[in-house]
This record gives sequence, structure tokens and C-alpha cells, in this order.
Amino acid sequence: MDSEVAIRLQNVTKRFGDIIANDNVNLLVKKGEILSILGENGSGKTTLMNMLSGIYFPDHGDITVHGKKVTIRSPKDAFALGIGMIHQHFKLIDVLTAAENIILGLPGNESLDMKSIVAEINELVAKYGFDLDPEQKIYDMSVSQKQTVEIVKVLYRGAEILILDEPTAVLTPQETSKLFDVLRNMRKAGKSIIIITHKLNEVMELSDRVTVLRKGQYIGSVETSDASIDLLTEMMVGQKIDLEIDRTEPLPFVGRIEVKNITCRNRDGVAILKDVSFTSSAGEILGIAGIAGSGQKELLEAIAGLQEIESGEILYHSPEGETVTISDMKAADIRDLKISLAFVPEDRLGMGLVGSMDLTDNIMLRSYNEGKHFFANRKNPRKLATRIVEKLSVVTPSVDTPVRKLSGGNVQKILLGREIASSPNVLMVAYPVRGLDINSSYMIYNLLGDQKQKGASVICVGEDLDVLMALCDRIVVLSGGELTGIVDARTISKEAIGLLMTSSKKGGAQHAE
Amino acid sequence: MTILMTFIQKAIGQSISILFGATGEIITEKSGNLNLGIPGIMYMGGIAGLMAAFFYERASAAPIGFIGLLLSFAATLIVSALGGLLFCFLTVTLHANQNVVGLSLTTFGIGFGNFFGGSISKLAGGVGQISVATTASAYRADIPVLSKIPVIGDLLFSYGFLTYLSIIVALVIGRFLMHTRKGLNLRSVGEDPATADAAGINVTRYKYIATTVGAAIAGLGGLYFVMEYLGGTWTNNGFGDRGWLAIALVILALWKPLNAIWGSLLFGSLFILYIYTPGLTRATQELFKMLPYVITIVVLVITSKRDKLENQPPSSLGESYYREDR
Repeated sequence: MDSEVAIRLQNVTKRFGDIIANDNVNLLVKKGEILSILGENGSGKTTLMNMLSGIYFPDHGDITVHGKKVTIRSPKDAFALGIGMIHQHFKLIDVLTAAENIILGLPGNESLDMKSIVAEINELVAKYGFDLDPEQKIYDMSVSQKQTVEIVKVLYRGAEILILDEPTAVLTPQETSKLFDVLRNMRKAGKSIIIITHKLNEVMELSDRVTVLRKGQYIGSVETSDASIDLLTEMMVGQKIDLEIDRTEPLPFVGRIEVKNITCRNRDGVAILKDVSFTSSAGEILGIAGIAGSGQKELLEAIAGLQEIESGEILYHSPEGETVTISDMKAADIRDLKISLAFVPEDRLGMGLVGSMDLTDNIMLRSYNEGKHFFANRKNPRKLATRIVEKLSVVTPSVDTPVRKLSGGNVQKILLGREIASSPNVLMVAYPVRGLDINSSYMIYNLLGDQKQKGASVICVGEDLDVLMALCDRIVVLSGGELTGIVDARTISKEAIGLLMTSSKKGGAQHAE
Repeated sequence: MTILMTFIQKAIGQSISILFGATGEIITEKSGNLNLGIPGIMYMGGIAGLMAAFFYERASAAPIGFIGLLLSFAATLIVSALGGLLFCFLTVTLHANQNVVGLSLTTFGIGFGNFFGGSISKLAGGVGQISVATTASAYRADIPVLSKIPVIGDLLFSYGFLTYLSIIVALVIGRFLMHTRKGLNLRSVGEDPATADAAGINVTRYKYIATTVGAAIAGLGGLYFVMEYLGGTWTNNGFGDRGWLAIALVILALWKPLNAIWGSLLFGSLFILYIYTPGLTRATQELFKMLPYVITIVVLVITSKRDKLENQPPSSLGESYYREDR
């Protein structure tokens, strides 16, 4: 056996009930390399890595670490083998300092000598070029600082193999490049690093090799130097697809939604939007960028009438030329003006659809009080449901299937399809492609593009800056509830947006969702 | 001057039970268990100690105070620890609701105390006839030389050993929580058991040990009341609501045993202030008795302003921990 091999997985299979999450997957990680595991949502990347970190146990197959066949039954076993995983959801205790979180649960001198522990941590921090104050409390930290704590925690426990699950999902471009520098330093020190991701440009930028999974199957591994974005996409999706977003020129500027100096507070009295003003135009896609929890959700909800506004007002200029102040109207009345909001929360079903109702009924939620009869009319909604299913290729046994039985991507298509079908004048979408496969994502981008050409004012909150820059005409940047810039998406650089995302006086979002 | 001196001495006498209870409840709550059974457990601890001393003195022709002390001390620790263990079994192992279990435990504990208190009263020949004079005097023995110093001796060294033990226990628990690894692990269990679990900490074991030890410490508060305060006898419901004051003190002390020491003094003083305030009618007396609770409410109002996360209760307080299905 090659001594350079850190981890080898052979024919690993994992089933959850009838679903095969990993089917005879092979994987090889060398010492001192950065390996990307690429695949769409639901392709089994995280499941595979959870078997290395001791969270799941494989149904069959062999795991070899440093040439020795091993059995990993718990996170403790994984740690003993030098495998550490940094999950997407951080496991940190808010009221403790970084150092306290790092040593949590470790054996050692019963009496805590925080000084020498902090010194040890500082040594690690200096060695790899982290930016971390071990004595800072977690609740005072930004998302990227918390991630740093997680990485240092794993290193402090002596991990030789680090697994990072979608590490850049919550980072700004600047923070991402800082993270990549640190990871390269670790590679130099001989550590093996596995990154789970679906972002192609990061794969190309960072990794030495790429392993692609698709629907639980092992597709293949390539050296990054031999790979191209097109090749990787094809491996990931299984067919050639066009990655260009068809962006048309915006229609001439006609103000549609005018947000004037609005300030909102959350339940705890913390200002979540501070003096935000902008005007969206008909026939454009206006993007909203920002670190998670910077006030994007509240902004859309304020326009939709779902969020109480402390000061400021929101005006709606209808295509007919009337101007209405919608900030003191009820949510239902705002909807009647054809201002619609499609918000895709993290658990997808949380807002907008009722899980136990079927497709038709969910469509009716939007139009149940339109008819004049005492009994609701199910005919038209049913027709519409059928049309959405056909047009957006929703995979469902029938339109009578309860929504919760569908996969996340399909649920999302129905939500968006319903909102678009009402031919809104203002269409607000938040995270419209969250968790969707590439094909469906592009389908949705094109749907938004269609709406724009029809003259709707589309407002889109997104996570992926590359996509926002390719899709939108203008981008509003929020940082800690403040508007830090309105930029032209065609000419701005990603780094410039990144700077705006963090340029608030108070340093961004501390209460990320 | 003498009145002030007596007042301080009496206030300290009131505060020791409350301090034991609060220290026990703090270490319990730090594990995420809200043990509202503490008032009942203090009754149980008190009666257990009294019974051990009572039967020892009855059986022995010439009882030795020190042996009576050891027996009653051990009985208190064991019975009150069993109370904590019962709480843990129901809430940690069976995931029962902590508030319901705690409140029933308090009701049970008070009944337990009064039942056995009544039983041994009968054996002793009637209400108020229980006397464990030998053991009680061992509990009441002050510090030999130092207590003879004028003023200072009366003020600081005229108490039985449980008084000093209560302060030492509070200091030790305070140091344990903040400056040891196990203390750090325990705090993390109370804050976020899932994270602690992921870090390899045995959540169940920490909850069991903290709650049981906490209950044992609280039980000493009952023992103090019976032996040193009452001088070795029992009156039904005599302990009153000192147990609830102990729980209120946990909040006042912001979950820090060090604060509980001065907090207990404050509560002790307020508790008897009405006796030393001249010119009170029966009605105004009741107003004075409210003071400890009023202070607790004021502290709650102030701390709920969320100035600092450190001053908040442990985040998982009162919640059962289920390991996520894997």
C-alpha cells in the first residue's frame, strides 16, 4: 500500500430505509492534499463524510486510515484516528470563550490553567495564520470567526484529516479567501483536507483533486489541473448543460416599489433594518446581497406587510400610475395589489405551503376567496396545479399528493410556480434555488428573467454572489441592517460587493440565522 | 449596639439554611436541571438527620455528641441525595417534565418531614417533646478560643460548624464551576447538552451527579435548621418557605455561589427584619416579610433586560435532553 494514502474507502454503502444514500462508493485521500467532494444536494456527500466522522456507520464496505483497516463507531473513534469534521451547523457554546469551547470535554489537568491553554491555542493560530482571539466569547463573534473556532478546535485535538462541510456557504468573498489561505497552510503542514461543496469555482481554485458523486453513486475522480468547469458539471449532473444565465437588458427605469428610510426592530428591540432606502424598477431584477441575517428577510417582509415598521414608509407606484403607501396597509391588501413574496426558508416548508395539503389545495391558498359562491371552486386551481407540474417538470405522482411527500426541490417549484402564476407586478423571492439541483436552478433563473421581461419588478435575495451578479441588473447590499451600497451588477466585482457586505460600522450580523 | 449584634447573629442564623439550599440548587441548575423539589428535599434532609440522632440517643445509654453528629450528618446526606436521584431518574432517564416532578417532590418532601416528625414526636411522648440534646450541642459547639474574643468572637466565631461549612461549600462549588475542567464540562451540559455530547461529555452522568450532589448539599440546610437553629427538635412546617427563598436566591445570585453568600445574608436579614423593626402592626409585618421576594422580582426585572448573556440562566435549564436520532 502506498504510505502516502491517508484514507481509502472501498465499496462503502449506506442505506436509510429504502433510500440508498451511498452505493458502493470509493474514495481516496492522500496525505497533504486538498480533495473536493463535489455533488449536488442529495448526492450523498455529507452522508459519506459522516461515516468518516463517526456519525453514521456504513452498512458495508471498508475504511482504511493510514494503511490500517478501521471501524469508526462514534465521533470519539474518529478523533482517535485523527479525523475531525467541521459541520455546517456549528457546535459551540455561546457564553464560553473560544478557548473554553476548544478544550471542552478533553482530558487533562483537572485544575484549568487558562493561560497556558490560551498560549497553546495562540501557537496553533500563529502557525496556520488564523485570525482568532481565544479569550473572546462566542456570542461576540461573527459567523466566520465561529467557523475559525471550529477549525482550531479540531486541530487542537490533533486532527490530521479535516473534513469541512460547505465551509464557504456563510462567508463573504474576503473571508473565503482567508479561509483558503489557512487551508493551504495546513496542506503545507502535511494535513489532508476534504471539502464538501457544490461550488465549482471554489473547487477549481482550491483543490488538488476532485471526487464527484451523483445520486449516491461514485462517478469518478480527476486532478483539478485536468478538469474544467464544463467537465465537472457534466460529471455532477450527468448531462451537458448550459450554465449561462440569459440576462436581457432591463426595461427603462420606472419606479415601482419605493422604500423610504425604513427602520425595523425585532422582538428583542434590536434594530434589524436601519434607515434603508431604495427604489426598485419595473422590468429589472434587483438583487439583495448580504451575510445571512443582515436584514434581507425583514426587508422583504416589510414590503409584504408582514413586518412592523418603526419609522419610514414604503410606496407602491402601480403600472396605472397611482401611488399607494403600502407601509400602512394589511398584508392581504398588499397581495391584492399583485405584490407577491415567495420566501424559501431553510426547512422549505416553513412558509408559504401547507405540508399535509395536496398541490391543488396549496394553489388555492392563494385564491380561495376569489370566487363568488359559498363553496370554493377547485377546478381552476387544479388546472393551474397541473400546468405548474408540467411546465416546471415537478416530479409528483399526481396533483392530489400532499406536498410534504415531495422532495424539497419540487416543493420549491410549486411555491414559486404559484407566485409567478398570479402574474405579479412585484415578485419578491428569497433563496429561490436553495437546495435545488443545477437544472432546476437555471429553470428558475429563467422564470425570473421572463417575469422581468413582462415588466414585473423582481426582487431577489440570494446566497451565491456569482449567481446574483449573473442574474440581476442592480444589487442592493445590506450589512448589519444598513444599506451599504446599490451597485450595477454588470460592472461590479465580487470583491467590491464583499467589502460592502462587511462595511457596516458595527461589523455585520451577529445573529445569523 | 447589642440589638444590632443580636440582629446580625440572628440574620446569619437565618441565612445558613438558605445558603445551603441555594448552593445545591446552583450546581443542579448548572447541569440544566431545574430542581423545584429542593424545598421538599430540605425537609427530608432535616428530618432524616433528626431521626438518626433521635434513635441513636434513645438506644444509647450515654450518647456521645460526636457520634450523633456523624450519624445524623450521614443520614441527611443519604436521604437528600436519594431525593435528587429520584428527580434525576424521572426527568433525565424517563424525560418527565422537570417542573411537575420538582413540585411533586416538594409536596412529597414536606409531607415526608411532617409525617416522620409526627411519628417520632409520638415516640418521644408528645408534640415538642423530641430532644436530641447531646447531638444538638455538638452541632452548636462554637469555636473554642476565638469565640471568647469580645465583639468579634460573638460576631464571627460563635456559630456551629455547619455555618462555616456552608460558606466553604459555596466557595468550593464556585471555584469548581469556574476553574476546573469538570466544572467547564458541567456548565456546557447546562448550556447546550447536544454540543457537550458531541464533545464527548457524558451528559446523563453529569446531570445525575450534579443533581444528586446538589440535593445532598441542600439537605444540609434542613439539618442546620433542625439541629443548630431549633436545637434538635421538630415543629411541623417549621422550616416554612426557606426552601423557596433558596431558589429565589439562585436567581438573585445570578447562578454564582459567591454571590449566594452575601445574598443569603441579605435574605436572612430581610427575613427577620420585621422582628427588629419597632412599631409594626400585624399587617405591616406581612409587608416586611414580602421583602425577600420583592427583591427577587426586582432582580429578575433587571436581569431580564439581557445586559449580559453570562447573567442569564443556563440555556437548557428545565429542558429534557434527547440525543438526536442517528
